Amino acid sequence: MTLEEIAKLLDAEIISRDVDPTQSVAMACGADLMSDVLTFTHAGTLLLTGLTNPQVIRTADTAGISAIVFVRGKYPPPETIALAEEMNIPLLRSRYTMYECCGRLYKAGLPSCGLFDFSAPCQQGAQTACPTA
Amino acid sequence: MVERTHTDLTIVHELIYELKVDQVMTHNVITVSPECTMQELKEILRTRRISGVPVVVGSKLIGMVSVDNLFRALERGEGSSTVAQHMTRQVVSLRPEETVISAINLFARYSYGRFPVVDGEGNVVGIITKGDIVRGLLKQLEQLWHAKESRRQYTHIFEDIESDETALILRYKVKPRDFVHGGQASGKVKRALERLGAHPQIIRRIAVATYEAEVNIMIHSEGGEIVAEARPERVLVTATDTGPGIPDIEKAMQPGFSTAPDWIRELGFGAGMGLTNIKNCADEMRLTSEVGVGTRLEMVFYLTGAPKGAS
Repeated sequence: MTLEEIAKLLDAEIISRDVDPTQSVAMACGADLMSDVLTFTHAGTLLLTGLTNPQVIRTADTAGISAIVFVRGKYPPPETIALAEEMNIPLLRSRYTMYECCGRLYKAGLPSCGLFDFSAPCQQGAQTACPTA
Repeated sequence: MVERTHTDLTIVHELIYELKVDQVMTHNVITVSPECTMQELKEILRTRRISGVPVVVGSKLIGMVSVDNLFRALERGEGSSTVAQHMTRQVVSLRPEETVISAINLFARYSYGRFPVVDGEGNVVGIITKGDIVRGLLKQLEQLWHAKESRRQYTHIFEDIESDETALILRYKVKPRDFVHGGQASGKVKRALERLGAHPQIIRRIAVATYEAEVNIMIHSEGGEIVAEARPERVLVTATDTGPGIPDIEKAMQPGFSTAPDWIRELGFGAGMGLTNIKNCADEMRLTSEVGVGTRLEMVFYLTGAPKGAS
């Protein structure tokens, strides 16, 4: 999903200058706990967060986060914006809450970056040889 | 039950998000026309050893028909009826450019054993099963393994320098409680290792662990330093500080245990997951501390040989 599409879905303002709106992200993660971002995200993730301090950018850089959306209309302090420009991480701001931002993006098909069970539950269907063990 | 750490899963995870349906699907699709009888379908499924096929007119997808539909038709003695009467018309399909994670999500959501892959005009270009996904992932893992075998870029720089022992040492000072300017060491270590050409997966683990260690120094100590020592076979990152030290290391290592004050928590840190995260990322970890003096954390990351997770 491109930043342009995300901005539209979240009614969001792109804070950073010189952002390529066609840049895309593969998945998203909503977190206010930086250790969770470091543990559970993958390169190419969009981070949605309510935190605006510069360590969010440091965390994002460390974890390979592609772009950040600040939720609940929070505007980051100048040092955060400056650091994000230095690290080349686009910043967006949405007036919606974390829950609504995540919901809007998930509904539009942007997958989660969380752990998932690879072996989906076997339901009865066309697949006849379905081991239950 | 094998305990899975997040580092075990990372490569497969990233592949799932990177790989396109087109890269794992079966391209030579066996299809049937809507006029095909259920008896004929039975023979096709039996001889080809498959459990479902797309129904097409020309190459346009109009439905899916599976052994399930076949059984129901045969039970009712409708073997001579056509596929068009029994097929599923509301088909869930994928596009070749979608990622494998989209396919996995569809398998989790629906009970179908396969999904047709169609292009923008609705032409069937492939079919995907869970087996295709597993095969595709294994093939990619094998390719990664070969690439890793032939990857000698990281060691190049060391081979070019002649000495009995070569190491590159990066040293960074860490100031206490400076959450505006702090946290730079891990980013700089990350970029240095990228320039050396280390594997991105390993760089990520080193960056995450180093950042957690750096944040710990910023939160808890009176200042310290991060030293990364890169050698051909491993990177050793040492985080030392002067400060209060850790009275009970075992307790400090427990996930969720934290002594961080509220203002740290408001910054998104101090949830007591730092050391756990470091332990998961590093191949080896040693933590020593003296109360009232300071703390020393050593983290070893192997660049060659057995990676984290392989035992």
